[in-house]
Amino acid sequence: MKAGRKDKAAIGVETVGMTMRFGAFTALDNVSIKVKAGSFHALLGENGAGKSTLVKCIMGFYHPTSGQIMIEGREVEIPDPRTAHAHGLGMVYQHFTLVPSLTAAENLVISRDDAPEMIDWRRENDNLESFMETMPFRVPLNQPVNRLAAGEKQKLELLKQLYLGRRFLILDEPTSVLTPAEADELLGMVRGLTETGALTVLMISHKFREVTAFADEVSVLRRGSFVGGGKVSDLDHADMAAMMIGEKELQKTAERFGAVGEPILTVNKVRASDRSGLKSIRIEDLTIRAGEIVGIAGVSGNGQMELMEILAGQRPYSAGEIRVENEPFSATRAEAREFHVRYLPEEPLRNACAPRMSVTENLAFRTFDVNDAGKTRFWIDRGRMGEAARELIAAFKVKTASPESPIESLSGGNVQRAVLARELTGEVDLLIISNPCFGLDFSAVAEIRARIMTARNAGAAVLLISEDLDEILELSDRVLVMSEGAIVYQTPIAQASVAEIGKHMAGHA
Amino acid sequence: MNETDIGLWGVPLAIIGGAIRVSTPFLLVSVGECLTERSGRINLGLEGTLVFGAMSGYAVAYQTGSPWLGVIAAAIAGAVFGFAHGWMCKLSRVNDIAIGISLMILGMGLAFFFGKPYIQPVAPDLPSIPFGWWSDLPQVQAALRINVLFLLAIVVAILMGRMFRSTRIGLMVRVVGDSTDAARALGFHPDRVRLFSTAVGGALAGVGGAYLSLYYPGSWNEGISSGQGLMAVALVIFARWNPVSCIWAALLFGGAGALGPALQSIGVTQGYYLFYAAPYVLTLGVLIATSSTSRAMAGAPGALSITK
Repeated sequence: MKAGRKDKAAIGVETVGMTMRFGAFTALDNVSIKVKAGSFHALLGENGAGKSTLVKCIMGFYHPTSGQIMIEGREVEIPDPRTAHAHGLGMVYQHFTLVPSLTAAENLVISRDDAPEMIDWRRENDNLESFMETMPFRVPLNQPVNRLAAGEKQKLELLKQLYLGRRFLILDEPTSVLTPAEADELLGMVRGLTETGALTVLMISHKFREVTAFADEVSVLRRGSFVGGGKVSDLDHADMAAMMIGEKELQKTAERFGAVGEPILTVNKVRASDRSGLKSIRIEDLTIRAGEIVGIAGVSGNGQMELMEILAGQRPYSAGEIRVENEPFSATRAEAREFHVRYLPEEPLRNACAPRMSVTENLAFRTFDVNDAGKTRFWIDRGRMGEAARELIAAFKVKTASPESPIESLSGGNVQRAVLARELTGEVDLLIISNPCFGLDFSAVAEIRARIMTARNAGAAVLLISEDLDEILELSDRVLVMSEGAIVYQTPIAQASVAEIGKHMAGHA
Repeated sequence: MNETDIGLWGVPLAIIGGAIRVSTPFLLVSVGECLTERSGRINLGLEGTLVFGAMSGYAVAYQTGSPWLGVIAAAIAGAVFGFAHGWMCKLSRVNDIAIGISLMILGMGLAFFFGKPYIQPVAPDLPSIPFGWWSDLPQVQAALRINVLFLLAIVVAILMGRMFRSTRIGLMVRVVGDSTDAARALGFHPDRVRLFSTAVGGALAGVGGAYLSLYYPGSWNEGISSGQGLMAVALVIFARWNPVSCIWAALLFGGAGALGPALQSIGVTQGYYLFYAAPYVLTLGVLIATSSTSRAMAGAPGALSITK
């Protein structure tokens, strides 16, 4: 029964004329792709291009309207995920499917189809240990999964698939929750496994850099159709981008202009405890001036999330002070309004929206309770709210069925656009942003970054906390690195070197 | 000082004895609720289940002359209530807390309705084991007269702790309670697991009721429960969803409950009713002392509607 050890050869999978219709909508139109055994194949496409639909058809979650799946050249019927698993097909999802309160070992054992009724932990642990020996990487087995960092969780997801003996693996944006360093490490390992012939990988991605660095071949989907592909070595980023987005024009990041002004935000000797309560956050001195973007880079879990919470008033701090425009600032609604402080937290649907309220209402959160004279109002003016919402929806190109739809029905990029619309309307002196582009397709990313740059050029002080180093390097005027709860390095963008930043992110400096 | 007067020593002794006697229904109900909550549901109807279990246990014991048949009947009645709760929660847009409260009222109402004829008759009591045989003091003997159901409850709690750690079923319940999506992805049936977890939880609550009517206080009347079924829900939180900790939580709670009668026995009558509030004050105190504003409750099942 030793899962993962019976037959180690990778398998090849092919789709032939795959078509999937949902009512009148064609999600996949006659898509044929061939993933060779032992290859690392990338599947590129914008949001809504049909990538997820295609892999869900392969995994048996959807039943294609027409078309076949071939495994090792033989046609197979995959009515449900269980059958797919039995054929050795597995999938690592964009979101973690591990059970958070169970330990890594418990997660692995319970995921097995032949998990024993009585679990002999000594024997299972021995088995797991010897399984780990054969793997290129390992994770702590006896910690509850919710204590693992995102990178470790993603590795565990991967280990789980290998432990279950999967030989064809679909990775759905496996690095969207990882830092660049973690992503490279993980994909390097995956690449290693494909090179030994133990695994075939089909990876859904938006990130060209990862595709060029790790994949052998690529297939590109656009609006449900296969539009091109081939060997990665024969294509460059421009070719892939052209296939992926077609004729659409990309929004360029706006030019930088304007001079750096007065300090807007100063954080002085602030102390707080981190999420686990075990480590501390120590911010000695952080100053953001008008008209500059200060980027904070760092490996996830080094206190960035806590810093955001401190600045947003969600986390109490035990010492030090935070000032905005030289006045003490405790992030109340009144203060935020007075000093024109705006926030764009990560996962905006969860942290900056009331998911079931309408787009109109969500757009009005900053203004619904003030009247023209700037005083608190009692009766809500729905007419004006609706008018303002329609203007913002048009100006920020938020795609929604109607202004009255609940905001949770919007796609990720459109939720982010809506929140940006709300936060960037009116005067903005200080903008605090955390991971604004997680999981968005890259035309949305370009547009959102341009908006941030525009706010900077208009004189706002911008604090950008991001785990995406490319984003930090693209937008920032100054780069700071956070490690172990403190700011350990800072450099103006002109003198920034990726190697130096990376060294400080890793905590080896 | 004569042989049977042990003075102030009577207080801790009475508290220990009382703790064991009073804690048994708390323990049975909270261990059952622990299982239910670990599977991701809250059954607030256990108070009604407990009262119905007390009534049905008493009635069957009286009719058959066997207290054990009474206990079994109470367990079956409790399981039926649990099934009803589990089945109704499976329907879409049904809230487990609302269902629990209505089942609590229903259970009590049915128990009072069917229990009317059994208020007068006397049913046989459950046996207890005299662990105090080694002592000559009647107080010690009284305190250490331990009911079989208490021992059973301890065994169930320990076995359940083991089950959560090292059986497939235990892990399955934890998976279902932690993340419905993950459970589906693993091919489990969350509703089914919750249905059975709630049924077993109900059965244990029914047995807890039988303990009330068949041992301590040992008769059936409408005021038999003083909220044990509800307090047990708090005890589960207090015990951080760990069945073995439920033992200590229940004993602590039972001991605090025995404080009033124990002090009364040595002649302290001042603030007598206040001492009856001791367990509740204690629970509040402990919950406040162990709370944290910045951290989520450790050990809380992720799929539980109150922790979501």
